[in-house]
Amino acid sequence: MAFEIPKFPLDDLIDDGLDWLTDAMAGATKAVSRFAETGIDAIVDGLLFLPPWLLIIVVALVAWRIAGRRVALFSAAGLAFLWNLRLWEPTIETFTLVIFSTLVAVMIGLPLGIWAALKERVYRVIMPVLDFMQTMPAFVYLIPAIPFFGLGPVSAAFATVIFSMPPAIRLTTLGIRQVPPDLIEAADAFGSTPRQKLLKVQLPVAVPTIMAGVNQTIMLALSMVVIAAMIGAGGLGGEVWKAIQRLQAGDGFEAGIAIVILAMILDRITQKLASRAEHG
Amino acid sequence: MSDDRTVKIEVRNLSKVFSDSPEPALELLEQRVPKDEVLERTGLAVGLDNVSFDLYQGEILVVMGLSGSGKSTLIRCVNRLIEPTTGSIRVDGEDITDVPRDELLRLRRDKFGMVFQQFALFPHRTIQGNVEYGLEVQKVEPAERAEKARRAIEQVGLAGWEDAYPNQLSGGMQQRAGLARALAVDADILLMDEAFSALDPLIRRDMQHELVALQEKLQKTILFISHDLDEALNIGDRIILMKDGAIVQSGTPEEILTRPATEYVERFVENVDISKVLTAEHALHRARAVAYCGDGPVTALHKMKEENLSAILVVRTDFRLAGMITAEDADRARRDGVDRIESVLQTDLPTATRDEHLHDLVNRLAGLSVPLPVVDADHKLLGVVSKGGLLEALAEGGSD
Ligand SMILES: Nc1ncnc2c1ncn2[C@@H]1O[C@H](COP(=O)(O)OP(=O)(O)OP(=O)(O)O)[C@@H](O)[C@H]1O
Ligand SMILES: [Mg+2]
Repeated sequence: MAFEIPKFPLDDLIDDGLDWLTDAMAGATKAVSRFAETGIDAIVDGLLFLPPWLLIIVVALVAWRIAGRRVALFSAAGLAFLWNLRLWEPTIETFTLVIFSTLVAVMIGLPLGIWAALKERVYRVIMPVLDFMQTMPAFVYLIPAIPFFGLGPVSAAFATVIFSMPPAIRLTTLGIRQVPPDLIEAADAFGSTPRQKLLKVQLPVAVPTIMAGVNQTIMLALSMVVIAAMIGAGGLGGEVWKAIQRLQAGDGFEAGIAIVILAMILDRITQKLASRAEHG
Repeated sequence: MSDDRTVKIEVRNLSKVFSDSPEPALELLEQRVPKDEVLERTGLAVGLDNVSFDLYQGEILVVMGLSGSGKSTLIRCVNRLIEPTTGSIRVDGEDITDVPRDELLRLRRDKFGMVFQQFALFPHRTIQGNVEYGLEVQKVEPAERAEKARRAIEQVGLAGWEDAYPNQLSGGMQQRAGLARALAVDADILLMDEAFSALDPLIRRDMQHELVALQEKLQKTILFISHDLDEALNIGDRIILMKDGAIVQSGTPEEILTRPATEYVERFVENVDISKVLTAEHALHRARAVAYCGDGPVTALHKMKEENLSAILVVRTDFRLAGMITAEDADRARRDGVDRIESVLQTDLPTATRDEHLHDLVNRLAGLSVPLPVVDADHKLLGVVSKGGLLEALAEGGSD
């Protein structure tokens, strides 16, 4: 009998760690869970309460203001098509989850990004963590989400926030670090405090880069929200998931195309926001 | 210059070593080891080596030197954008080298305005917004801020461009905005690091004249960095020459040009006395403008005005040198109804030939209100040697 090297118990270690975390943070996660669930439900209900045509017009107007006529027309036509496919409700669910997750990701990512940009030591800690977060297969985040928040949209939002946050952090940091040194020097020469320098020079100059990060965050959030259907996120991902289980190619493609349309609308509008920020 | 004027900034024994543990380099500098050797032996880069000078209230002091001589390091030490390693800097009598951070920020806000080589305008702000920046940092009320900024913008001749963004302006205009930003805070001291070096030569000359004119009105105290000798001679009340982080000579443009010039050259170019090697040829430039014998006084005046000259060389149609005429003489001739300037020329001006040594030209050049004409055997004008051109040739000759 060959001697066998015992397996390193990485799985057990992680399980134990997560169990401990779940227990220790039970109170907090419950509170967050209830809060997030109420919030998400309220937004979905609110949007579904409005007649679809009204929402389509609102989106088209917003698109017009930000990105011009072509994007507006495309948005209106795309959404109308989704409505016609009877995919209105899952579209709204997905849209809400994406926006909610993105907001949370940006709210956490922006300060972290600023911190990493200003403190070399923080930068050196955060960057490898981000690499880790981004190379880890997205599915894996779903598993710990369940013990924390149970099946459903909150777990989906949690996994989505984790998965989509790296570009928000990374591009905030990049944007601030890329501010030309002569501008920093000018700010210093006029006696700016660190806070004035950040708010009046570094952040404004970094805005286009930060917006590009937000755009990427939205796109990642959308892709994750679809995957998160596996843990009960519902929405368009849920439709795809159902179609897979029942082997209904037609339904699956309908939902898939709906996701593509939603992605294109979100992408065009936020991209335009980023490039507009660049030109003052 | 009398020394009873108020000293605005007093710099004493200032040294800068770019390192957290500068002691080995400082020790070597103490033993007068040159900075190249310090770098070789300790691996430490020396920026400044025991620099001392005074900056008087109301003067323009130009710091000159070749690339890497420590000019930028020096000007940044004055407001501690770079922390000096040893030495002291007093501003209005107050030693600023040890003041704590908050106090330093206050000093920068109250005492200094700074203008940068690459303008360093904030791209997300309009010209108005840029010029208001320093006032905003000082927490000045918006209305007062706008008014002060508007006045500064007007002073530099940018009225009407308040709402433009920097990228909509030409280089010259951007630097006017940079100057306005520094003027708006109404600080006594202006720090200008190669402020005009990125501009093309014609614009640069305009800006120099305007700076001198502004200075006449505002009486700021200006520390101006330049690597251009003509510029230093144009605007400087006094000039400091730096080499390898140390001051090699300081004095008025006149002193730099005439009296100790050879000594300076000897030190500047190390062992070879370049001024006895280089000839007029090396410092030869095309004359910026010439008038013809047949020109009327108004034409001659116009040519001088175009080029901002107080006198102009006059040639015959075959380009043989006839003499020169000053703006004063031309103006008198105009009033007397003279129609050809030929009759009122000064014809006794010194000339040089292209193979004469620069060393021999120095005395001829001093006190001349036009550049020294260089002529060939037929007395045809080949070009001119200006004071700046002469020193530039010496400096360049010394650098390679
Ligand atoms: N942060 C730094 N670290 C190390 N060495 C530096 C640093 N900044 C400047 N130096 C060195 O100090 C010396 C003086 O540089 P400085 O920028 O003051 O020169 P300068 O006279 O302004 O030159 P230029 O005309 O090119 O602007 C140079 O040898 C340069 O390499
Ligand atoms: Mg420099």
